[in-house]
Amino acid sequence: MIHDLLIAPFTEFEFMRRALAGVVALSLAGAPIGVFLMLRRMSLVGDAMAHAILPGAAIGFLISGLNLFAMTFGGLIAGFVVAILSGVVARNTELKEDAALATFYLASLALGVTIVSMRGTNIDLLHVLFGNILALDDQTLLVIAFNATITLLAMAVIYRPLVVECVDPVFLRTVSRAGAPTHLVFMALVVINLVNGFHALGTLLAVGLMILPAGIARFWSRDITGMITVAVVSAALSGYVGLVLSYHAGVPSGPAIILVAAGLYVVSVLFGNVGGLLRQWFPGRHLEA
Amino acid sequence: MSAQLQFRNVTLGYDRHPAVHHLAGEVAKGALLAVVGPNGAGKSTLFRGIVGLLKPLSGSIERGGLGIRDVAFLPQSADIDRSFPISVFDFVALGLWRDAGAFGGIRGRRRERVQQALAAVGLTGFERRAIGTLSGGQMQRMLFARLMLQDARLIVLDEPFNAVDAKTSADLLHLVEHWHAEGRTVLAALHDMDLVRNHFPQTLLLARGSVAWGDTAQVLTPDNLVAARQMCEAFDDDAAACAAETASARAA
Repeated sequence: MIHDLLIAPFTEFEFMRRALAGVVALSLAGAPIGVFLMLRRMSLVGDAMAHAILPGAAIGFLISGLNLFAMTFGGLIAGFVVAILSGVVARNTELKEDAALATFYLASLALGVTIVSMRGTNIDLLHVLFGNILALDDQTLLVIAFNATITLLAMAVIYRPLVVECVDPVFLRTVSRAGAPTHLVFMALVVINLVNGFHALGTLLAVGLMILPAGIARFWSRDITGMITVAVVSAALSGYVGLVLSYHAGVPSGPAIILVAAGLYVVSVLFGNVGGLLRQWFPGRHLEA
Repeated sequence: MSAQLQFRNVTLGYDRHPAVHHLAGEVAKGALLAVVGPNGAGKSTLFRGIVGLLKPLSGSIERGGLGIRDVAFLPQSADIDRSFPISVFDFVALGLWRDAGAFGGIRGRRRERVQQALAAVGLTGFERRAIGTLSGGQMQRMLFARLMLQDARLIVLDEPFNAVDAKTSADLLHLVEHWHAEGRTVLAALHDMDLVRNHFPQTLLLARGSVAWGDTAQVLTPDNLVAARQMCEAFDDDAAACAAETASARAA
């Protein structure tokens, strides 16, 4: 019974195994990025960037249809252009990063939708917006795994300057010139992981497996290593439970995964041992010191 | 004694408006210099120029060959995200950046040095605490511990004793004097004139430019302090281009 419910879908069907492998790879790389986005108060920046990659993917689509490499490459370029342009404007003018990004991502999104509608059908648009994790082929899975590997290696390299840039940016600027390159590499990783998520979850939900697990992690750990661990585990767990749900209940898999993550988030807000609501409502008697 | 810092007719400011205007002079190696002046005198701007966070509008600041890692800076209102999940130990260990860089592990001898720095500022036992749980005074002690580990030749402190109690400021002042005894060059922006008179041999009285600079007793006279108060905060949206600047550009 339990075997039928939880394991059989994956032993019986190859597309389910691919989907599971894909979602685990996405979780391993995307969740740590999400934690840093949240700690830098950039949660919505991830969302904005997810829209920014659309015109690139759309141009790739326009040139060569639903071709994996064309859409990945186009998405990466569009994402980098928006990230770099808004970074340049934010660092050299009075405008803050969020305001600069808002302008560029809105323009980018409008351009993307225009390009898709010039050639595509509604079905194509649905694929672009929501992805299809159950249709991951070998190539797509390899691209996702490759991007995840690159992300983990790059994070290992920029980890310390990234932490310092979050907690005390002036200090980083006085001891090292790593601040600006670190920021750029981090934004590049955001884009890479959004493009990654884009194939599985589509442009609207790609950011979900980055940000929701980060929000969950905030309620369970006080230190950054613990947070990253909780985020990765909860992302992978959401992926697994979401796939099982979508298999048995016949609901679309991408939204199912994100809804499971949202459910975990609600549980964490209520019961989390770091600042959860229940802990605040019933704190127990105060301590001696 | 050779100069650690040379200000060569330096003007520092924001958006073409000078906050420090045509400052010239030098700070000797190993000096303990107080920088005093009213709010808006340009103290913080000068310090940001010294540590390389702000490029001069004109002129230059020579740092006697010191690289970026030989200078330690305590900003006035440290732009620290106190909600960030990092422990006191890890935060103070950042002071080892010069030694450990972006990749070096914090083990063995380096761990000991962090413990010693925490002990020197009276924060033993706080290692695992999140930085967000510290009081204002404890925060300042933690920042001093990090400064110690930076082991810099030049230490620049912007109002280091603001909003800390007497005991804490006495402890931290003791550290400053210790750094001076070790031959490091220390600059501190201060408002407490008694403290300056009692502990800082040299003073720069700043009010956009230098009002007086030299031995503290000669600088902190009533006349000089009144003059400094009158010279500050001249900000004019419609100001003309600086005449001295135009003249020197023509000469060049």
